[in-house]
Amino acid sequence: MDAILLQILNGLDKGSAYAMIALGLTLIFGTLGVVNFAHGALFMIGAFCAVTLNRILNLSYTVVDETQKDFLGNPLKVDVPYVKGIFGDAFGNAIIDWSVPLAILFSIPIMLAVGYAMERGLIKHFYKRPHADQILVTFGLAIVMQEIVKYFFGANPIPTPAPDALKGSIDFGVLVGLDVNAVVYPAWRFVYFCFAALVIGGVFAFLQFTTFGMVVRAGMADRETVGLLGINIDRRFTIMFGIAAAVAGLAGVMYAPINSPNYHMGMDFLVLSFVVVVVGGMGSLPGAVAAGFLLGILESFASMNEVKALLPGIDQIIIYLVAIIILLTRPRGLMGRKGVMED
Amino acid sequence: MFGLDKKDTTLLIVVTALVVLAPFILNPFPADSALAQFNAGYPDLMQRFVIFGIFAIGFNLLFGLTGYLSFGHAAFLGVGSYAAVWMFKLLSYNVVPAIVLAVIVAGLFSVLIGYVSLRRSGIYFSILTLAFAQMSYNLAYSVLTPITNGETGLQVYSNDPQILKGDGPDVTHLFGLEMGSAYTLDIGPWSFVFSAGYYFCAIFMLVAFYLAIRIFRSPFGLMLRAVKSNQQRMAYTGLNTRPYTLAAFVISGMYAGLAGGLMAAMDPLAGAERMQWTASGEVVLMTILGGAGTLIGPVLGAGFIKYFENIFSKINDSVLHQWFSFMPDGMEDFMVFIVHPFIGKGWHLTLGILFMLVVIFLPGGLVEGGQRIAAWLRGRGKKPAGGSGDPEHHPKPAPHVAE
Repeated sequence: MDAILLQILNGLDKGSAYAMIALGLTLIFGTLGVVNFAHGALFMIGAFCAVTLNRILNLSYTVVDETQKDFLGNPLKVDVPYVKGIFGDAFGNAIIDWSVPLAILFSIPIMLAVGYAMERGLIKHFYKRPHADQILVTFGLAIVMQEIVKYFFGANPIPTPAPDALKGSIDFGVLVGLDVNAVVYPAWRFVYFCFAALVIGGVFAFLQFTTFGMVVRAGMADRETVGLLGINIDRRFTIMFGIAAAVAGLAGVMYAPINSPNYHMGMDFLVLSFVVVVVGGMGSLPGAVAAGFLLGILESFASMNEVKALLPGIDQIIIYLVAIIILLTRPRGLMGRKGVMED
Repeated sequence: MFGLDKKDTTLLIVVTALVVLAPFILNPFPADSALAQFNAGYPDLMQRFVIFGIFAIGFNLLFGLTGYLSFGHAAFLGVGSYAAVWMFKLLSYNVVPAIVLAVIVAGLFSVLIGYVSLRRSGIYFSILTLAFAQMSYNLAYSVLTPITNGETGLQVYSNDPQILKGDGPDVTHLFGLEMGSAYTLDIGPWSFVFSAGYYFCAIFMLVAFYLAIRIFRSPFGLMLRAVKSNQQRMAYTGLNTRPYTLAAFVISGMYAGLAGGLMAAMDPLAGAERMQWTASGEVVLMTILGGAGTLIGPVLGAGFIKYFENIFSKINDSVLHQWFSFMPDGMEDFMVFIVHPFIGKGWHLTLGILFMLVVIFLPGGLVEGGQRIAAWLRGRGKKPAGGSGDPEHHPKPAPHVAE
């Protein structure tokens, strides 16, 4: 029981990342009909927003501290971050400590702007082109974004710590009435899952309960008719592209403490996210989210030692295997809509 | 000649001439001049040109003709490499059995994957092939270590059986002709290298190219094009398209296996990274960049990417300073600063930008670029024949991917 619970929890954090990226991919595909291979790169840029904010907050000036001496007896030079100088020691430290959650606020405008620029600057010209061309040009764009990040931040992963308060682990077993230390789970991963649930819920609520969302849903169902009604659907779809980019970026920001960001982390997630989208069903938002969590949890179950002893190597291939089986038995994926990208 | 019409014969002869004379053509600069780093006429790079040429020709037989975009073709190349290295380990360093087995194993593997994947088309086919290739890659790294030697990569050890070796050489050879041997010809300041391995691969590439022409012009090729333009209509006429697409898939898998076998023949080791999806992506880039669906395009694309990969990555800051040394000092530093991100380790950035430009402005790839220039030179303002004035009789061209 506790082992199963632990594996489910383990799958949730990766599943949350898959679900958020796949949600963004599906939003773009469902609204604009574009297959965006640069979505993994947007995830990566989000993670680097966290890195950048961390660096900005740690910008320091040097002061000579007369009270402390170095080993030669000279006054010690101390680096003081500007934030501390401005806000005082305690609050400054807290700001630096909480840089990753703060990066959420920092990254939203950046990601919206990146998404908006991408759509207006490039993707707009590819609506009428075949899907293969869209895949290829966004793939090229992903390479360019990666290389730019690599140029500025180098090729090595950059550790980006979570706030001290959330660094430890929580004893999840006690909460559900199991023994102490039966299910110990890193706190940040739990935060990540809650955050993902919040973001995903937010996107769905936005689509479901606002006028803007209603128009977008109408546009997804029948773009032409909505356009004939005198609504500028293109502009709204552009904004949706920005939102999809922001969702991917937020997934990246919060993922930074789990996995130190490096420039090709996006590509690693991209392939799996596409598998997730296809398994969930092209164009289905709930499908993408469900498939994301499902595959994340399956992956963590497959990496249990008991399962590996039974089927060696299964942890490496489980996602692809499931994808193949689902694609061959359920042509539209789990929750695919009729008529979207069908043969 | 060889059952080709006049135009194709010319094309084949031109390609043959280019391939045979490549050591001269690719070495236009004297060996010790400042421009010598643009020379590509050294055996290692030339071998890669032709090997990836074969790989791209094969990929194009599937993608260019049927429109099925496979994202897992590198798996066949990897399997071919493993098969070839196993032949080196078990029999001897002779390349003939290695290459034969590489092609056969890759062919069988592609029958298996193709049979399953071709049940779907469009993006689902792409994801299926991608999934199979990633599975092969992950398995090669983990569970299949006894066969693939995992992360170390498969290589020949001195205690391997090599039952047919006798007193043959300790490097890959063709009945005694060592693949690494080369003859250097010095004419004045120029130096040209003729490598046995290169010409060995080149012969295979010319044969592969010839076969590709024959397939393009055959009724079988016509059938594949029909599948690309409208598979549904083919089905309505009562034709089962599956055997045709499967045959194309297997042929193209065997080309990839041949390329993998040749890779191992040039350098007897094989690693799982050859099967990774980025490697599959590379052959897609090559084919599109050159021009999918054209005969010469994939070869051009392969050459283009491999050339820039090697040349751009070799340029460094001191070379740049040399180039811009005619400028005033401040200007020189500024130019070096501007160009710096695009060279050396940053060549991927250059490649990405080039690739985007090609996809945006030249959907037909380098071949289309060449045709446009040729048309512009010929016509100079005259409207090309069969322009788009009459949409009724010039319907929009078929998309690249079967949809």
